[in-house]
Amino acid sequence: MKKILSLKELSERNTGLTSGHRACSGCAFPSIIKMVVASSDYPVVISNATGCLEVVSTIYPYSAWNVPWIHVAFENAAAVISGVESAYKVLKKKGLIPENEKINFIVIGGDGGTYDIGLQALSGAIERGHNFLYVLYDNQAYMNTGVQRSSATPFGANTTTSPVGKKMPGKIQHRKDIIEIIAAHEIPYVAQASPSHFGDLIKKVRRAFEIEGPKFIAVISPCVPGWGYNESETVELARLAVETCFWPLYEIDQGVYRVNYKPKEKLPVKEWLLKQDRFSHLKNREDLIEEIQKKVDEKWERLLRLDGQKIF
Amino acid sequence: MKTETKKIVAKTGNEAAAYAMKQINPDVVAAYPITPSTEIIQIFSKYVADGEVDTEFIPVESEHSAISVCIGASTGGARVMTATSSQGLALMHEILYIASSFRLPIVMIVGNRALSGPINIHCDHSDTMGSRDSGWIQIYCENANEVYHTIINAVKISEKVNLPCMVMMDGFIVTHGMENVLILEDEEVREFLGKREPLYSILDLKNPITVGPLALYDYYMEHKRSQVDAILKSKKIISDVFEEYNRKFGLSIPSFIEEYFLDDAEIAVIAMSSASGTLKEAVDLLREKGERVGILRLKITRPFPYEILRKKLENLKVVGVMDRAETFSTMGGPVSIEVKAALYSLIKRPLIQSFVFGLGGREFSLEDAIKVFDILKKINKENKLEEEFIYIGLRE
Ligand SMILES: Cc1ncc(C[n+]2csc(CCOP(=O)(O)OP(=O)(O)O)c2C)c(N)n1
Repeated sequence: MKKILSLKELSERNTGLTSGHRACSGCAFPSIIKMVVASSDYPVVISNATGCLEVVSTIYPYSAWNVPWIHVAFENAAAVISGVESAYKVLKKKGLIPENEKINFIVIGGDGGTYDIGLQALSGAIERGHNFLYVLYDNQAYMNTGVQRSSATPFGANTTTSPVGKKMPGKIQHRKDIIEIIAAHEIPYVAQASPSHFGDLIKKVRRAFEIEGPKFIAVISPCVPGWGYNESETVELARLAVETCFWPLYEIDQGVYRVNYKPKEKLPVKEWLLKQDRFSHLKNREDLIEEIQKKVDEKWERLLRLDGQKIF
Repeated sequence: MKTETKKIVAKTGNEAAAYAMKQINPDVVAAYPITPSTEIIQIFSKYVADGEVDTEFIPVESEHSAISVCIGASTGGARVMTATSSQGLALMHEILYIASSFRLPIVMIVGNRALSGPINIHCDHSDTMGSRDSGWIQIYCENANEVYHTIINAVKISEKVNLPCMVMMDGFIVTHGMENVLILEDEEVREFLGKREPLYSILDLKNPITVGPLALYDYYMEHKRSQVDAILKSKKIISDVFEEYNRKFGLSIPSFIEEYFLDDAEIAVIAMSSASGTLKEAVDLLREKGERVGILRLKITRPFPYEILRKKLENLKVVGVMDRAETFSTMGGPVSIEVKAALYSLIKRPLIQSFVFGLGGREFSLEDAIKVFDILKKINKENKLEEEFIYIGLRE
């Protein structure tokens, strides 16, 4: 295991994303990306799916990236990195890239570009075994196009395509479980992390970079306009998602489940939900909150059962 | 010129394409199978498996990813190729525009096939006509021999102008038809192509670049205009590369057009790809009877060689344009519309009759070719067009 970096050491490293990006104030992903890039001991090359991050960081003729970065389209970020990584491999083999040069290839995608439209390309790239780390920033909706539901949007959330109406209480389906889908590909490393627990996040990224082959980390990314909360509370919302076990911190390392963090006192999910405008209509819907709580409990108990077990 | 080393071998269009790819030895090939171009990648896979090339072969999960991998690899400075047809090309459509706007050399071999629906596996040009405005260079070959040589030229052209290039052949008719192919030596091909010198590379860690940013109304238009500059510049490069190749290897592979008895013709047909072979045969028969007919085979449609067409067609009385694709514009096929546009600025210009034929692999016979000339002769005699477009070979 590589040395754990102190915050001071991290702060002295290149974070990839510089100042001047135009993310909303309070947006979580700039911090997430910076922690990911700074965690790498080697230069990185990034492929980014279409979405908020791509849009706010590269408004021509400016770019907020000081590392090589490519965006092609919405659904193909994983396929693009397959190409970049293959070029790297073959050019190295042909002596056009120095033998000792090492690059960490990173893909960054939002939930739409990962759970939905990009799932096929991601699944294909993983199955072929390309060497890259996929970082999903999960803000739980298509934020760039104005908060439409994605298959990562939680049950009950009010979005512009799962609006609260006379008959519908927001989104009527539960979230797709992306971690389990990716884990079913039997890849060496899959994890879920949160910017609120940054030590854990950095450790996971550094662990992922140690491994050859495809790796996947899902990071919860609170979104001020999409979720509806005060911009100073981003980290608090990420923390509450973890403390309520809505977003447990866990990993599947070489097939072994490990819950990385067990809250001392598991908070009711209501505490996380009712801090956000997108769930405000649930205030008088104890029945729906109960349904959400039930799902959270089931998943958490399942995780605790799996903790320490080898699944492949 | 080392003519003594030249060999004539029997190959189908797909085999000829795969063989050219082997000699080119690209850095990265990514592909997904689709009839009738599947074989190209099957044969190439075997070259990879046998270690006859050092290519990284990426058997992707879809054509959308195939072209995306090509973009990633080409952005990394690699020499990149792929092949597809029909629905596969349609699935790539979104990404084709991005490849050209990134100014990436990527060579894609297309076995032309009709688009669904109804689903059909046979030849027409609706697939590549559908992507004609995506900023790629488009070259249509007549036969397997031309496919082989054109692919080699396409790599050089594409890398010199930094634009992607499609090389087309007719599905089944050429992809699966066995023909004589005159092949070069591996070293001749590799020496002709040399190394790729990329405009930029995403693997250049010392000079980190942002590829594929957002550009709104303040810059998008300038980007498009500069792409037009590249395609304008490509015209000379295309001619020069073919000329250099022909000179070097003692060949006469046409670049933009091929003429067949056009010089003294009164009536001509513009045709593309394999159908021009049938039409040439018709011309032979009609010439025996003393009729002044000819063919202009259009080989490259992007960039569209309108200057050449103006010069070559100016003095003709009637021109028929053969389209193996529909536009649903109610004005006939795509090439006929472009030819009309190209000739519009001439003071004196021929009458132009649009013909649609061969959709979904419908046979185009010698009788059909003669019929085309009969119609054109009638137009010539009466000096007027009656129908906007005419379907040839349609079931009554
Ligand atoms: C093929 C295609 N369909 C739709 C879009 C429009 N679009 C751009 S970004 C986006 C949503 C992105 O959502 P997500 O991946 O969750 O990222 P976020 O914006 O939340 O960061 C959509 C629908 C597109 N660019 N391409």
